Amino acid sequence: MKHIKTISGSNLKDTLVKGGCGECQTSCQSACKTSCTVGNQKCENR
Amino acid sequence: MAIGERIHKFILNNKNIVLDINSGAVHLVDDVVYHILDYYEAKSVDEIIELLKGKYDQKTISEAYKEIKILEKEGLLYSYESNIKDIRYNEDNIIKALCLHVAHDCNLRCKYCFASQGDFKGGRSLMNLNVGKRALEFLMENSGNRKNLEVDFFGGEPLMNFDLVKELVHYGRQLEEKNNKHFRFTITTNGVLLDDDKINFINEHMDNVVLSLDGRREINDNMRKTVSGRGSYDIILPKFKELVNKRGDKDYYIRGTFTSFNLDFSEDALDFYHNGFKKISMEPVVTEPDMDYALREEHLETILEEYEKFSKDYIEIKRQDKDFLFFHFMIDLKQGPCLAKRAVGCGAGSEYMAVTPQGDLYPCHQFVGDENFRIGDVFTGVKNGQLRQEFNKANVFNKEECRSCWARFYCSGGCHANAYNTNKDIMKPYKTGCEMEKKRIECAISILANLED
Repeated sequence: MKHIKTISGSNLKDTLVKGGCGECQTSCQSACKTSCTVGNQKCENR
Repeated sequence: MAIGERIHKFILNNKNIVLDINSGAVHLVDDVVYHILDYYEAKSVDEIIELLKGKYDQKTISEAYKEIKILEKEGLLYSYESNIKDIRYNEDNIIKALCLHVAHDCNLRCKYCFASQGDFKGGRSLMNLNVGKRALEFLMENSGNRKNLEVDFFGGEPLMNFDLVKELVHYGRQLEEKNNKHFRFTITTNGVLLDDDKINFINEHMDNVVLSLDGRREINDNMRKTVSGRGSYDIILPKFKELVNKRGDKDYYIRGTFTSFNLDFSEDALDFYHNGFKKISMEPVVTEPDMDYALREEHLETILEEYEKFSKDYIEIKRQDKDFLFFHFMIDLKQGPCLAKRAVGCGAGSEYMAVTPQGDLYPCHQFVGDENFRIGDVFTGVKNGQLRQEFNKANVFNKEECRSCWARFYCSGGCHANAYNTNKDIMKPYKTGCEMEKKRIECAISILANLED
């Protein structure tokens, strides 16, 4: 494409198939203890 | 559906960025695409050509329009939300993470402490071995089919009860062997009592360690004082340096709190970096709005500018040093959490709970000490099922303000304690916090765009 560069083409909806296993880290335990950022957590199921 | 609800576009750090909200796809676009997106849903291609003909030639507009169309067909632009409104979350009431308050006592007197200088308004106390062991057993018994269980040693100051921490780690190792589970132990400490023995134990057994300090000496010493009222910086800094030097590549975060007294908090993050720390977090203070150090709406513009300023410094440093990490600027667009996790958020009060020295259970560490939020205890289990349900249902599909927010799958509804402190309702997000989180996500994506492009 000339006008658009896709830097992430993965689709969150695909994660519905395998997702929700609950094994990933509880977000608040990682560093913040206050502000709940989930989008930067790692998936444990790939 | 109106424009804007399925995509979010912004310009930051010299990039035109478009986020497809529901798929999570991220695109860098040129100016013509960026302009077309203002009209794409409401107007035909001919109408758009007419509208933009003064700026771009017809061929360029048609070409760009076609590229948008292709991505739309591929489900990577203007995609619709999946039908997961009725998402079933933790119906089995599995608990997989505990914050263990091993000491409701502290050797610092930080002015902003949400734990009332360590005692959580309930008198100073230490957890005993009986309660600690029972907490681990309670976690094990309630963990269903989850293999990875998390225990954070918290306080007050957990090093004030470090013999218990050691015994519980050893007990946990016995339990995991018997039950085919894995404990991830972490600890959150102010570092005052660190010595070689504690550093070695922590580095051997803790998957992550959160080191509390506020950045620059004068900023730290203004808020984080010893019991005798002196600054704590010079006591703590060398100990944290030693711990991190000996830690190898295991995880840690040096974590500061910023308040209205240091709205230039990027200077504190950079001060950490210049002191040799690579994994850094600076968190907005959580408190009632009437405190003089509270972050209020009037500070918001300055804070958002500060995040943007820091994102520019961050890109520069990151180009030289890939190990530099700022917790809120980390984002993994390809391997991040699944949609289910993003929808339900932190899990407090459902899969994550806090345990007091007496064994009482609360939805999370931030609610400890507020009797209305006592949810049960580790000896007899969860008693307040209604409260657990309320927390279980507090997700981005049920919070009205989150429904239309572009950032809902990144912040996942925000911190319940922030919401409660501000609005006395866990379903009503803390607006100032939302604006900060949105800016952090924009910064994080723009950083990635700059580093990858």
